[in-house]
Amino acid sequence: MQSKVSYIIGFCVAVCLVCSVFVSLAAVGLKDRQETNKLLDRQKKVLTVAGLIDADAQVSPEEIQSLFSSRIRSVVVDLRTGTVDSETDPATYDQMKAAKDDALSDEVDKNPAGVPRVPHRALVYQMSTEAIAEGQEAFSVEAWIFPIHGKGLWSTLYGYISLAPDFNQVRGLIFYQHAETPGLGGEVDNKTWLGKWPNRLVYGPAGTAFDPTADNAVQLRVIKGTAGSIEEAPHSVDGLSGATITSNGVSHSLDFWLGGSGFGSFIKNQLAATAAVQAGGSAP
Amino acid sequence: MTPKSKQALLDPLFDNNPIALQVLGICSALAVTTKMETATVMALAVIAVIALSNLSVSFIRNYIPPSIRIIVQLTIIASLVIVTDQILKAFVYETSKQLSVFVGLIITNCIVMGRAEAYAMQNPPVESLMDGIGNGLGYGLVLIIVGFFRELFGSGSLYGIQILTPVTEGGWYQPNGLMVLAPAAFFLIGIFIWILRTIKPEQVTED
Repeated sequence: MQSKVSYIIGFCVAVCLVCSVFVSLAAVGLKDRQETNKLLDRQKKVLTVAGLIDADAQVSPEEIQSLFSSRIRSVVVDLRTGTVDSETDPATYDQMKAAKDDALSDEVDKNPAGVPRVPHRALVYQMSTEAIAEGQEAFSVEAWIFPIHGKGLWSTLYGYISLAPDFNQVRGLIFYQHAETPGLGGEVDNKTWLGKWPNRLVYGPAGTAFDPTADNAVQLRVIKGTAGSIEEAPHSVDGLSGATITSNGVSHSLDFWLGGSGFGSFIKNQLAATAAVQAGGSAP
Repeated sequence: MTPKSKQALLDPLFDNNPIALQVLGICSALAVTTKMETATVMALAVIAVIALSNLSVSFIRNYIPPSIRIIVQLTIIASLVIVTDQILKAFVYETSKQLSVFVGLIITNCIVMGRAEAYAMQNPPVESLMDGIGNGLGYGLVLIIVGFFRELFGSGSLYGIQILTPVTEGGWYQPNGLMVLAPAAFFLIGIFIWILRTIKPEQVTED
């Protein structure tokens, strides 16, 4: 009986049905939890690069959520115009997905950072100086957190860089996804190395005006060897030994995203707005 | 527990270890053993998949048409792996991110299908379940031993807790870079097989 074609087909259908029920149940039943985990993971990275929590600390999901909602505000930035896009809801906007969508992103020329497409909109975070109360609109910005990514040796490195309100001084850097060689390129996760980034400068010397959209505006580089103190080398960070290509990848990503092809025009507009306020003019 | 199911459970640990004696499932053993945590989670995932696939294949072993038995086994294994992957993503997100594709690749782990085909197709459910758990444990044992040495000497830590403070953190220990690369797992598995076959010479294969 077991060699009859009808029996074989019937058996196949039965096995497939039973298996698909299990798979669908697991996928549907666990979806909410997985989404929450993904969101928590991203919030944790943002809080870490903002310096609000320690990278190794065990922080409960509730603490992450309460810190994130009281200290961090997300804004969607239109990269084409360099302005805040208040139409798009930051809570539901998925930049990574948009970067793959033809309608929501533009193809860019071959670049050293290896970025194939730039989304029209990017998700940027603002860290406030003090806790923001429910419904409070205005707050003073302590740091801006920009998403960056670019090719390393084996993989694309995804990270966040946190900048002071002058957009020149680095507050922190973190990578949340990459597959570089552990012990070599993988040292981009090393806390000692990441600790060398705060207070370095992205653009020109401290206190001077700069144009982030100009060619070679981003001067911050990961160099070969040791860079020295912040006073001696404000625009250089120690290279990762044995990982030149990963180090270059980090430099190129910064160059791409903080320069004219990424957040350059947004930063330029923000600086102009600040200057206008300081000059006594009305804010736009 | 009957002697047969006890044997099915304990045999694969040392006497008939799937990695050490049959040299199966090596690929994932190289990839996930840089840290104890990933090795442990992977071991648990594989134990769950082998145990359940053996159990379910054994339940329907008398009804499976012989001409399509392999594809039926694979369908069951693949479904179990997807369910496992979903559970890991929901409950241990950080670790599942590090394990990345390797959980999905349990489908192609030769141990799982090997046990379904070689054992569960001929034996009743309880013994098949024991055989599955035993083989999973045998695989997990090697993973954890390899992971122990790779994490300790490669990163100076165990389960992420610093034991030997590396130079980059201001300590004295110069981490062994080879340990975090895949070939180190080959050497360690080789040494494990060597020690095991010295203790149990009957495992040595004749030339």
